Amino acid sequence: MQPKYCDIFWSFLKVGAFTVGGGYAMIPLMQRELVTKHGWMGEEEFMDQVALSQAMPGVFAVNMATMTGYRLRGKGGAAVAIVGNVLVPIVFILLLAMFFRTFRENPIVDRIFMGLRPAVVALIAAPVFTMARNAKVGWSNVWIPVASALLIWLFGVSPIVVVLVAALLGYIYSLITRNS
Amino acid sequence: MIFFQLFYTFLIIGAFTFGGGYSMIALIQGEVVGHWGWMTAQEFTDLLAVSQMTPGPVGINTATYAGYTAVVNAGYPAWAGVCGSLLASLAVIIIPVTLVMLVGSWLLSHKEEPRVATLMKVVRLAVVGLIAAAALGLVGVESFGSVGLNKQFIVSVAIFAAVFIFSWRYKKSPILLIVASGLVGLIVYSI
Repeated sequence: MQPKYCDIFWSFLKVGAFTVGGGYAMIPLMQRELVTKHGWMGEEEFMDQVALSQAMPGVFAVNMATMTGYRLRGKGGAAVAIVGNVLVPIVFILLLAMFFRTFRENPIVDRIFMGLRPAVVALIAAPVFTMARNAKVGWSNVWIPVASALLIWLFGVSPIVVVLVAALLGYIYSLITRNS
Repeated sequence: MIFFQLFYTFLIIGAFTFGGGYSMIALIQGEVVGHWGWMTAQEFTDLLAVSQMTPGPVGINTATYAGYTAVVNAGYPAWAGVCGSLLASLAVIIIPVTLVMLVGSWLLSHKEEPRVATLMKVVRLAVVGLIAAAALGLVGVESFGSVGLNKQFIVSVAIFAAVFIFSWRYKKSPILLIVASGLVGLIVYSI
């Protein structure tokens, strides 16, 4: 039996609305919705989709929604999955963005944000080390992340250029290792 | 004009983000704060705090907020900001969504292809550097206050160290750490 559009929509709405902390935090909830509850795919298929959504450019959660929706019900399925996934977060952020300015000047809010800002820096810095391990950074290749960080931070090179150059280097390297 | 620039910028950001929300933060920082100056560094840090606390993918949240703020900062009314935010969120997903639909199934069956694997390995290494640069870019007077033996700098360094350890070593949830740091800020700066 073909999954209903409204079931796909509802599943991704829940995933989008109830996870805080970004796309990867959605994995367990997605697994419960897609594999355990609805049985739309097997465990292994789900893991393959996770790996592929990470490998593709863009927002991980949206890639997962696209792939799941598309494989279940084609383009329409992809569309309802994406809209479901981002609807609640977008409304939430819009309301915040609209009213943030009005209470931004409030001295209490100001104190809270003085505490928050260094925390945000730490929250961005911490995954660097986890990701370095996952990307298998070692003595032979540590120059790549170090060089990219310095190029962006000290020399103001656009991160887009760095990704492009890295992809090009990777391609050349794959040609060399294949021929040898 | 700003709508065209916004659309184009976020289209490119979406196409070149590899490795999830945090690397998208690095790209948005480079374009929105660095290149276009649509937001100040402090507004950007505030946006990151907000987008870690609200539900949803960090990439979408950041794009939505940045789209709104860029348009409103350029002097347009709030409704135009709403259009800007929707435009940015749409632009950021167009290329990846098209790619996933076009080549997703092909890649699922060729995931062991060595050339793709090598290319991705190098890109992933660069992404580690990208995120490090994003964190380094946030280190400044806006986040820590001026360097010295003053209250704000000492408190900020202490919060940074504590959150880093709890996030990296003990894998505490970002929302918990954000709420705790906000409370610490409220208490420490009120006395």
